[in-house]
Amino acid sequence: MTAEALDNHHDHGPPKGYKRWLFSTNHKDIGTMYLIFATVMLFLGGGMAMLIRAELFIPGLQLVEPNFYNNMVTNHALVMIFGAIMPAAAGMANWMIPMMIGAPDMALPRLNNLSFWLLPMAAIMLIMAMVVPFFGGGAPVATGWTLYPPLSVQAGMGMDLTIFAIHTLGISSILASINIITTIINMRAPGMTWMKMPLFVWAWFFTALLLILVMPALAGGVTMLLFDRHFGTSFFDAAGGGDPVLFQHLFWFFGHPEVYVLLLPSIGVLGIVIPAFSRKPLFGYKPLVYWMGFLTALGLVVWAHHQYTIGMSVAATTYFMIGTILVSIPIGLMLFNFIFTMWRGAMTFETPMLFAIAIILMFAFAGTTGVMLAVVPADMQYHDTYFVVAHFHYALIPGALFGLYAGVFYWLPKWTGHMYDETLGKIFFWWTTIAFNVTFFPQHFVGLAGMPRRIADYSAQFTDINIISSIGGIMFGLSHLLFLYIIIKTVRGGKPAEAKSWEGAQVGTPGLEWTVASPPPFHTFTTPPVVK
Amino acid sequence: MSGRLSAVPILKKLFCCSGLLAAASPVSAEYALNLPEPASELTREVYDLHMLTAKIALYITLIVTAVVFYAIFKFRKSKNYEPDQNFHTGKFGTWSWVLVPIIVLGIDLSISAPAIKTLHLIEDKTEADMTVKVIGTQWKWIYEYMEDDVRIVSSMLSEEEAEKAEGEGYLRTVDNPLVLPVGKRIRFLHTATDVLHAWWVPSITVKKDSIPGYITETWTIIDKEGLYHGQCAENCGRGHSYMPIQVAAVSQAEYDEWLNNKKQEQLAALQEASSDKTWSKEELMSKGEAVYKTNCLACHQANGAGVPGAFPALKGSPVAAGPVDKHIEIVLKGVKGTAMAPWASLNDFELAAVITYERNAWGNDTGDLVQPAAIKSAR
Amino acid sequence: MSTASDQYYVPEGSHWPIIAAGGVFVLFIGFAFWMNGVGAGKIFSVVGTLITVYLFYGWFKSVIHESLSGKYNTQVDSSFRQGMMWFITSEVAFFAVLFGALAYFRIITLPYLGGEGFLANSHLLWPEFDATWPILTPPNPEAYPPTEAMGPMGIPLLNTILLLTSGATITWAHHGLKHNNQKVLVVGLILTIALGATFMGFQAYEYYHAYHALNLTLNSGVYGSTFYILTGFHGLHVTIGTIMLIFIAIRSAQGHFTPEKHFAFEGVAWYWHFVDVVWIGLYIFVYWL
Ligand code: HEA
Ligand code: HEA
Ligand code: HEC
Ligand code: CUA
Ligand SMILES: [Cu+2]
Repeated sequence: MTAEALDNHHDHGPPKGYKRWLFSTNHKDIGTMYLIFATVMLFLGGGMAMLIRAELFIPGLQLVEPNFYNNMVTNHALVMIFGAIMPAAAGMANWMIPMMIGAPDMALPRLNNLSFWLLPMAAIMLIMAMVVPFFGGGAPVATGWTLYPPLSVQAGMGMDLTIFAIHTLGISSILASINIITTIINMRAPGMTWMKMPLFVWAWFFTALLLILVMPALAGGVTMLLFDRHFGTSFFDAAGGGDPVLFQHLFWFFGHPEVYVLLLPSIGVLGIVIPAFSRKPLFGYKPLVYWMGFLTALGLVVWAHHQYTIGMSVAATTYFMIGTILVSIPIGLMLFNFIFTMWRGAMTFETPMLFAIAIILMFAFAGTTGVMLAVVPADMQYHDTYFVVAHFHYALIPGALFGLYAGVFYWLPKWTGHMYDETLGKIFFWWTTIAFNVTFFPQHFVGLAGMPRRIADYSAQFTDINIISSIGGIMFGLSHLLFLYIIIKTVRGGKPAEAKSWEGAQVGTPGLEWTVASPPPFHTFTTPPVVK
Repeated sequence: MSGRLSAVPILKKLFCCSGLLAAASPVSAEYALNLPEPASELTREVYDLHMLTAKIALYITLIVTAVVFYAIFKFRKSKNYEPDQNFHTGKFGTWSWVLVPIIVLGIDLSISAPAIKTLHLIEDKTEADMTVKVIGTQWKWIYEYMEDDVRIVSSMLSEEEAEKAEGEGYLRTVDNPLVLPVGKRIRFLHTATDVLHAWWVPSITVKKDSIPGYITETWTIIDKEGLYHGQCAENCGRGHSYMPIQVAAVSQAEYDEWLNNKKQEQLAALQEASSDKTWSKEELMSKGEAVYKTNCLACHQANGAGVPGAFPALKGSPVAAGPVDKHIEIVLKGVKGTAMAPWASLNDFELAAVITYERNAWGNDTGDLVQPAAIKSAR
Repeated sequence: MSTASDQYYVPEGSHWPIIAAGGVFVLFIGFAFWMNGVGAGKIFSVVGTLITVYLFYGWFKSVIHESLSGKYNTQVDSSFRQGMMWFITSEVAFFAVLFGALAYFRIITLPYLGGEGFLANSHLLWPEFDATWPILTPPNPEAYPPTEAMGPMGIPLLNTILLLTSGATITWAHHGLKHNNQKVLVVGLILTIALGATFMGFQAYEYYHAYHALNLTLNSGVYGSTFYILTGFHGLHVTIGTIMLIFIAIRSAQGHFTPEKHFAFEGVAWYWHFVDVVWIGLYIFVYWL
């Protein structure tokens, strides 16, 4: 690292006014927009979740009509996954990857802006999709986010809008991934070799690779759906020789790798946060990288574990079962390495670290319920029940959302130049973690007892658990208001943050983000820094 | 708790619901946190497998928690613990990346082995004693006893009717349960007419999706008499929560008697339909109402008002109050790409009746009478 | 200390991305409305198309301008190359999905419907169905009327030859470019464009023939569905490729490329080869086998 990097007399500052944001080619500004967008979507998707939980509070139909309920479930999932988690992770990639590897910006800055601006467009389409049924647009998209035909062929115009929204989201993800992967390959500062890259960069490398390979499967699937709906084809209609199950294969060929797309950036964050607060280098960096690559490869070939009940041959089912169970190896090693990074360290427990520890515990649990689901005969009882809902919220919320929270708190001083309020951060952590468990832990049991998912109304024997879950859900929702408050407070002021905001930051990783000021100048590196 | 959107009576509902809980004591007795008690050998194996994996999940979570908590209390800065900067370069650090996968692989394989065994049992294709074709359709189940040519339609009872039936409770009771003999090997063939459904009765058989145009297969041997509950387990649209299943497992003698009665009933219905009689308005209307209730009500609603945005109203609809031919055609052929399926599987008399009913109920006073002959010629 | 060309070029703010996003939005909304018979749909679709055309024109224009004014150093150039490679990778994945669907029908579902394999009982529902590929009479011929098969000889074979030749001509043009022979470059490109356009013409004729003589339509069951989605998406790519070639030819004629620096040319050439390879797969799996 040389002094030149900090010497920013080339820096002419950001353009003024709306142009700074609409026309931006600056990775930090685009990252900020991604993060803001993700927060808005988190509240939108969370708002829908609140309505879902309110409807499920007691048996009977109180608030919404069943079709609209399922429409909300569909959009809750799409908004959370494509609107909240992926953009938040992409926002962090935008902010951090160039700074970590010593690049002046992303490789393709204008494309970067396009990737972002496609997202709000897609979000508007999704919202329109939800609204058009009220204006004579036919039946709502009551399929769940998996959009299985033939039910999705029955839906009205909302389905077409959803399909086009997915196309838009897909284009955005692919362009963003191309950009990130090119940045990582081509823009590393001299001396920033592959095996010196911070784990977060590696995690995003594999994430982007996955996205480039699997996003087209979803695009192809929904395109065929569109043709079946409007142009007389019969891809998913047995009467013409087609098969509804083909769509499931296409969807899950995308959908399963997608869960690792959601997981990996957070694993990357943990790989940064845990060493920092244990004050010792990451345990087993190289194995982590290799096993992450293995996870990427294995993740691509186990998709049909979402479809055990469709009637596949015994050979195919056995293959998918064993493949899926084997995923426990790379992910097990990741958690193991994180734990042994803490082992014999000198830990302190600031908010990001609290999240990291909680993630290890809750995600280990989520993973093991995942292995339960992977066991075919047992999954034939679990499939499409709340046991699955509980599994994936445990995987998605600790595995993806909380990982991103850890990242937000860890990098907030870098982004804003202010330290957040540690006490409030800790309150938020405890509040949200407890509420999360109250919401979703009981759902495992209601699922085993036989409550199917995607129902607006349930029979009376499931009432007690649903009441607990709904109360937890509302508490969980409210905790996010505190989150918002902490963020806004930190953005507006607070204790100034140093360039190296955490005592243990940078331990064992040569990431360059801590060598620039907090907040960093508008253009970080005008000449490449050198990593030794 | 009807299907109507209403903002006001939440409190009333809460009240009614607690009443329901208290009244239906068998329901609260069934309050469960685990899979129901198995009633067949196959589900018993599945249950054991589930308990095995659940225990492994629990132990792994506990071990991880224990190790993490030990680390948290031992290796903290506030205790002035000096971080061991070379920990990851020691022997343990260099070799754990093979050690851990081997251990995990061992656990994985010991889960897979019994799982594969049970899987083969599930897919066992031994000759069955009887075959039942289970057809999912929006939003009811149709059962065909393949050897005996008996066909029953099973739809959910409304809330009021369910309360009248013995304390079974809301959303769980059907008009015609599937009756099966115990001790016999039964093969189920699953299919659907419109969208995906999944027939799932946790205590007797594992779940299989019903796919329109394809037939999937499961089997069971029920070893205890009893009434078993299940539910549709694949999202099939608006009425997905309203597709409960009831299976009445009875002794062979009882089963035979029941089957005989059903055969008689069906014969009578067939004779009725094939007689070339011209029916009176009253006859058509009362039969029509019955047909409407079992087949059409789920979508077009009891009052014929439909569900705005999803299912058109028949009350005052340009079809139901317009030319008869168009009406017959829609009901016979369905509307492609919508939930309106072809209803050609109903017999001429039933179709004539339901169309007559639709043209004269709810103030659609067209006065038209449709006779079975008209349907026959339209087919 | 550093000169413009060894510093990485980060473009100033640009209005093209947001126009692109808006264009996509208008276009897609237009399609969705149109397909459902909402009046404004057509207008939106047309406006969306116009925006998109304008956008490509404008965006590429500014990139070309920057390129010509020497703002791009070799690192920028290799960013572009890698970006293009990954883009083509995702396109390969897309076509793999379409071919995968074809394989799925032929290898997996066809036997089921015909009474073989794991879901053999399905045959009970379609007792008349004859499970051979191509499916000339779909399981339910009332919903999906019967058709005739499209053979591999005649136009498809001709088209294969045309595309393979065009692959050679573009390589020849590249050769010319590398040896600074502008005439070879331009002539090679023009030949390639002509071959591509002829291909498209034949393809259009073939569709016409299929619809009117063979009754092979989108509505002919999965045989028709897979035939049109594969050839259709391929045709779309040929069209895009041809348009790109036209622009590259114009730029070549204006002498924009040097033997060392010609990313735009190479990107288009890669794309063209990719389209070529897809066609060979198509010819084998759709027409021939
Ligand atoms: C971040 C998201 C995420 C992640 C990481 C995972 C991870 C896993 N998931 Fe999950 N899953 C989802 C999100 C996720 N899942 C979603 C969204 C759905 C539902 C989609 C829908 O239908 O709408 C779903 C559904 C789903 C199903 C389908 C259920 C059904 O519908 O019937 C299955 C079945 O196999 C499954 C399995 C797994 C497995 C085996 C893993 C593994 O990767 C887990 C591996 C991790 C561990 C095992 C823990 C750590 C390891 C150790 C501590 C070592 C020791 C452990 C052992 C020896 C077991 N998942
Ligand atoms: C990353 C993804 C993600 C996240 C973060 C969440 C978060 C939550 N989810 Fe979600 N969920 C999914 C992904 C996700 N979910 C998926 C993929 C499905 C499957 C869909 C399908 O079946 O197709 C699903 C389905 C699903 C169901 C099952 C529905 C059904 O099958 O019928 C339920 C029910 O409890 C649920 C609940 C919740 C709750 C309570 C939260 C909470 O975490 C939410 C927390 C709340 C907030 C963050 C918002 C806070 C905001 C406020 C307090 C103010 C709000 C006010 C306004 C906006 C006006 N989810
Ligand atoms: C699964 C839901 C469902 C069931 C069950 C159902 N219908 Fe329909 N029906 C529909 C839908 C959806 C439409 C609208 C089709 C369209 O978009 O034109 C419809 C349309 C109709 C119409 C035309 C009404 C109009 O104004 O366009 C008639 C008549 C009709 N159904 C009669 C029947 C009869 C008779 C039955 C029972 C034997 C029945 N339906 C059962 C869903 C259903
Ligand atoms: Cu039938 Cu759900
Ligand atoms: Cu999965």
